[in-house]
Amino acid sequence: MTLALKTETPPPAPAKPRQVTQSHRFDAELVAVTKRYGPGAPAVDNISLRIPRGSYCCLLGPSGCGKSTTLRMLAGHEEVSDGAILIHDQEITHAPPVARGTSMMFQDYALFPHLSALDNVAFSLKVQGVSRAERRAKAKEYLELVQMDHLAERLPSQMSGGQQQRVALARSLITRPKVLLLDEPLSALDPFLRIRMRAELKRIQKELGISFIHVTHSQDEALALADLVVVMNNAVIMQAGAAREVYETPSNAFVARFLGGHNVVQRAGGGEASVRADQCVIGARPGLRSLPGTVSMIEYQGTAVRVSVTGTDDEELTALMPTSAFFNDALELGQSVMLSWDPADEHPLA
Amino acid sequence: MSSYTRTSRKRPLSFYLLAGLTTLFLIYVYAPMACLYILSFQGPEGGMSFPMVGWSTHWFQTLFSGEGQGLGDVPSAFQRSIRLAACTAVLTLVISVTAGLAYRRKFPGSGAVFYAAIASMVLPGIFVGFGIALMFNLLGWQVNWFTSGIGAQLTWTLPFGLLIMFIVLGRFRSSYEEAAVDLGASASQRFRWVILPIILPGVIGIAMAGLTSSYEETARTSLNVGMGNTMPMEVMGLLNAASTPVLFAIGTLTTLISFSLIILSLVVVSQLAKRRSMRTNA
Repeated sequence: MTLALKTETPPPAPAKPRQVTQSHRFDAELVAVTKRYGPGAPAVDNISLRIPRGSYCCLLGPSGCGKSTTLRMLAGHEEVSDGAILIHDQEITHAPPVARGTSMMFQDYALFPHLSALDNVAFSLKVQGVSRAERRAKAKEYLELVQMDHLAERLPSQMSGGQQQRVALARSLITRPKVLLLDEPLSALDPFLRIRMRAELKRIQKELGISFIHVTHSQDEALALADLVVVMNNAVIMQAGAAREVYETPSNAFVARFLGGHNVVQRAGGGEASVRADQCVIGARPGLRSLPGTVSMIEYQGTAVRVSVTGTDDEELTALMPTSAFFNDALELGQSVMLSWDPADEHPLA
Repeated sequence: MSSYTRTSRKRPLSFYLLAGLTTLFLIYVYAPMACLYILSFQGPEGGMSFPMVGWSTHWFQTLFSGEGQGLGDVPSAFQRSIRLAACTAVLTLVISVTAGLAYRRKFPGSGAVFYAAIASMVLPGIFVGFGIALMFNLLGWQVNWFTSGIGAQLTWTLPFGLLIMFIVLGRFRSSYEEAAVDLGASASQRFRWVILPIILPGVIGIAMAGLTSSYEETARTSLNVGMGNTMPMEVMGLLNAASTPVLFAIGTLTTLISFSLIILSLVVVSQLAKRRSMRTNA
């Protein structure tokens, strides 16, 4: 791994070419991009987005929201109906995939089943006519980067899902992409491996200093990984911002609900507001706003207990209580309670 | 799950009925063939039915020596058939693979072309053959094995080849090709290095299907091969002439050859897979 990085670092000295590569402002930019498949509603509707240099960006949303289509347009596997795409400030809207400076890691990894891990990684060099010895040496370095050099001669069918994913990552990275595109890269892994791999993706992204654009439907994944979280729904971007910003100040009810851990309530002065579930308590107290309801679900989560309360208008609200607070005064399903919060914790929604 | 079915569940009656039916069917298929194989070892004095009058390889010798009664012109018919089958197999392979690949993406009229191609499977073969012969006649062309003969056989083998190709491509994940595009492979590099190696077993299957269905086709072929008989035509002739057990020797040999071909192709396919994993385990 260290060896690979050493060879990856550009030789010291030339200040000029380095400035050229550093002159761009954004690693990727979407300008009013639209994708239409037919006469109906567009799959991606006039979205604009700027991804700063060296960002880990997550496109987050429910299935069918247009996030995968957006990624595939960035990759060049889907035609753009309208708008423009820029990579490193270069317009590449209609350029073929290989000429864009992007590389895509597919959801099913798409490792060629008849080639060994090493030959899979070396494929793009073979295509360019690089000699066998040279491309195999280079591929070995990238397998080291993802800690798969010990299984270089295995076929994809002889590797676990996690191992296949590492090889797919190496195969993408060897093309020296400016932007790496990842289509739900962790969804095929078991939960334990998913958390390990996402840490590794973040580590590799930091080491290489390029931008990763990662499509996911998992809020946890997006919050854990992303410098820039882009929440999408119904073909448009609902909110884009730093993970903490998006989580703490969701700009609309969809984002608040989709990220989870939020209650959407009516404000005293009209309009909606979000309140974080961990800032809600069970029981009325002076100075707090309260809503009556019955306990409809209790989930023990180890560090906390999630209590759902169904209000009179069938709206479900959730309080995330510290375990000790819950077991001091245990609740029961069907019990009538008040769910309360400090109006100062309300965050107004658009 | 298996222990559950083994210990605590009795097979229902329908299982035994269907198993019996399957057994009957297998007997119906293989018993007559077995009779034929046994009869081909009939003694020199024996006839075309049981009982066996001694055992010998007399009829095989008659067949190979190329002389004796009831033999007709089997060796040259065999040669003719093999030549025809080889050409048809190669053409079926090339055309089916290229046509199948065209269907990876939708194109205008793709449905119409598909149904037109498949429909020739259900057309009555004898009329297809007759039609082709008639058309050649009208145009004043001579029917010949390498023109009208191969053409007539392709009307039969191509729909099968195309269907096999659809099944093969149905299991081919489109992301393989997208990944290859992403990695910069040109169209011909994608075909040579990604698509063909992955679908190769299916492609061999298409060639085998082309070879065997060409070898035994008569309805379309008979009017269109021109001079000389193909094997099935020759055998039909021999059957009508009610000849000697040499017929059975032909049957036994043909079966042997077909089985060898199938086993050979299976061996080739499994060797391909083994070589791959041996190479990668080295």
